[in-house]
Amino acid sequence: MIYREAGQFKTTYAADQAVFSIVQDRVAVAAAVVGAFVVPPLVASEYWLQAVLIPFLVYALAAIGLNLLTGYAGQLSLGTGGFMAVGAYSAFKLATAFPHLNVLVVFVLSGLVAAGVGLVFGIPSLRIKGFYLAVATLASQFFLVWLFNKVAWFTNYASSGTITAPDRTLFGVVITGPNSAPSARYLVALGLVAVFAVIAKNLVRGRIGRSWMAIRDRDIAAEIIGVRPLRTKLLAFGISSFYCGVAGAGLVFLYLGSAETLAFDISISFLVLFMVIIGGLGSILGSFLGAAFIVLMPIVLANAPHALGLRLPVALQKQIELMVFGGLIIFFLIVEPRGLARLWQITKEKLRLWPFPH
Amino acid sequence: MLDLLYAVAVAPFRDMAGAPAFLIEVLIGGVFAGLMYSLVALGFVLIFKASGVFNFAQGVMVLFAALTLVGLLERGVPVLVALALTTVVMVALAFAIERLVLRPLVNQAHIILFMATIGLNFFLEGFGEMLWGANVKKLDIGIPDRSFIVRGVQINQLELTAAATAAVLVTVLAVFFQRTRIGRALRAVADDHEAALSIGVPLRTIWVVVWSVAGVVAIVAGLMWGAKSGVQFSLSLIALKALPVLILGGFESVPGAIVGGLIIGVGEKLGEVYWGPLVGGAIENWFAYVLALAFLLARPQGLFGEKIIERV
Repeated sequence: MIYREAGQFKTTYAADQAVFSIVQDRVAVAAAVVGAFVVPPLVASEYWLQAVLIPFLVYALAAIGLNLLTGYAGQLSLGTGGFMAVGAYSAFKLATAFPHLNVLVVFVLSGLVAAGVGLVFGIPSLRIKGFYLAVATLASQFFLVWLFNKVAWFTNYASSGTITAPDRTLFGVVITGPNSAPSARYLVALGLVAVFAVIAKNLVRGRIGRSWMAIRDRDIAAEIIGVRPLRTKLLAFGISSFYCGVAGAGLVFLYLGSAETLAFDISISFLVLFMVIIGGLGSILGSFLGAAFIVLMPIVLANAPHALGLRLPVALQKQIELMVFGGLIIFFLIVEPRGLARLWQITKEKLRLWPFPH
Repeated sequence: MLDLLYAVAVAPFRDMAGAPAFLIEVLIGGVFAGLMYSLVALGFVLIFKASGVFNFAQGVMVLFAALTLVGLLERGVPVLVALALTTVVMVALAFAIERLVLRPLVNQAHIILFMATIGLNFFLEGFGEMLWGANVKKLDIGIPDRSFIVRGVQINQLELTAAATAAVLVTVLAVFFQRTRIGRALRAVADDHEAALSIGVPLRTIWVVVWSVAGVVAIVAGLMWGAKSGVQFSLSLIALKALPVLILGGFESVPGAIVGGLIIGVGEKLGEVYWGPLVGGAIENWFAYVLALAFLLARPQGLFGEKIIERV
C-alpha cells in the first residue's frame, strides 16, 4: 500500500533509467544517507562507532570492490587481503613521505597503486578461470603479504614491523591517527563509501558494467559481439583492486590505527568473499548487507551467552562461536543462495502487493 | 648486475654440485613434503571429480581426523581400535555432510558450494577443538622418529614409512577405482552426472562414498603430519599448500595430484634452500603458488587436466 509505483509515470528517458526509479526508494535512500551522516555522530557511543560502524563501512567498501570483480565480471578472487595490504602500505608510505599531502588524496593514490598491482595479478585471468583462477589469486595474497613482511622499507624500518597511521587533518579536524575522534573517522569513512558506492553503481549499469556481465555470463559469446576480454577483465581487476586498496588504507587509517601484515592474511580475503556471497553476488546493496551481517554476527555471538545468563569458559565460547558462524553460513546459503539482496528484492515484490496479494 | 645473475643462475647449481649428499637430503625432504601435499590434494581431487565441489574443508578434515585419533589414543584406546573408530567417525561425518550440506544445495552454482565448504571448515574447526581441546598434541603411533645414514645421506625412518604408506594408499585407491563396482560408478559420475543417473547410479550413495574415502585419506594425511609435527591447528593450513598442487596437476586427475605434489614439494625445498637466502628466506609460503602460476600461463588445464574446449 505504501510501497507502490502506481501513478508514477516516466515521461523521459532519464527518468526511465534512473537508479531509483520509484519516489519511495529515492526518499528512503536519501533519508538513510542523511541519517547516516547526522545521527550516529550525535548518538552512537565510542564503542559502537569504533567496533561496529567504522569496520562495517571499511568492509563494505572492500566488499563492493570484490563484488565488482566476482559478482559482475565473474572472476573469482581470493587475493582481496593482498590488495588491501597494498592500499594500506602505500597509504602509509605516501602519508609519511609527503606529510602535507591531503589525506583524501593519499587514499585515492594508494587505491591507484593497488589498482596497478591488481592489473599485474589479473593477467592470469586471461588464460584461466573458475577455481584455477581463485587459486592463482592466492599467489598474490601470499606473495604480497610476505613482501610487506620482509622488506623493512615498507614499514619505514620500524623494529616492530607495524605501520601506524600518522595524524592527518581535514578542514582542521584530526581524522586519522591516535588523536582522532571516532566520530570524525566515521564521517570520513562514510563519505568515502558513499562516493565510491555511487561510482560503483553507475559503473555497473553503464557500458563497462555491461561488458563485465557479458564476460561473466558467456565469455566466448561476449568476445564475438565485440567485448574485448583482455581489456574488460583487466579493467575489472584494476577497478576492484582500487576499491580494495582504498578499503585497506581505510582499515589502517580509519579503523585499526596501526596494523601489521597479520591484519591482511588469508582470513580477511575469505571474510570479504563471505560478505559478497551472503550479501548477494552482483549487487551493490548486497555488499552493504553482507558487510553488516559479517561484522555484526561475531559481536552478537560473543554477547549472546552473556545475555542469556550463561557463563562459559573463554576457549569454549570461542569454539562455539566458530561452530555457529560456520553453521549459519551454511544455513544462509541453503535458505537463499542468492544472498540477502535477493531476500530484500522478494520483500519489495511482496510489499508492492501488500495488503492485497491477489 | 653480473653479480646478481651469478647469484641467481650459477651459484645455486655450484652449491648443488659441491655437496651432492646434502642435495640428496634436500631432495628427499622435498619428496616427503610433496607426498604429504599429494595426500591432501588427493582428497580434493576425489571430491571434485565426483561432485564438482571444491572442498575447502579438506584441510580441517585432516585436522579433525588427527584430533579424533589422538583423543582416542590419549584415553587409552589401542592403536588399531582407535584407527577403526576414527574411520567410523569420518564415515559418519561424510553421511552428515551429504545429508545436511550437499543435498539441500544440489544444483547450486559451484561458488556457493565452495562457500558452504568454507562454512564447514569453520564448523569442524570449532567442533574438533571443542571435543578434543586446542592444545598441541603429540601423536605417537609407534614409528620411531630416528634417522640412519646411507652413504653419507641422512634418511629418516618416519619419512620412509610415510612415503611407503602413501604409496600403498594410492595403489589401493587406484585398484578401488579401476576394479570395484563402486569405483566404476564413481568414475561414471565423474565423467557425466546425468548420464550416470540415467543408467541408475545412485548419486547420493556415491557422494557419501567419495566423502568417506576423502575422510580416510584425511586420516592417513593427519597421521603422517601429526607424527611429524604434532597435532595442532596449523594442520588445517596444509590445505592451502595443497592448492598449488591442484593447479599444477589438474583438479580432476589422481596421478596429477601425486606428480604435482612431488614437483611442488621438491621445487619448494630446492627454492628455499638454494634461492631463498637471496631474498631473505621464508619463501616457502608463496613459492609454490608462483611456480604453479608460471606453469598455468603455459598450460592452463594443468599437467593432467582435461583440455577444456568451449563453444558458444
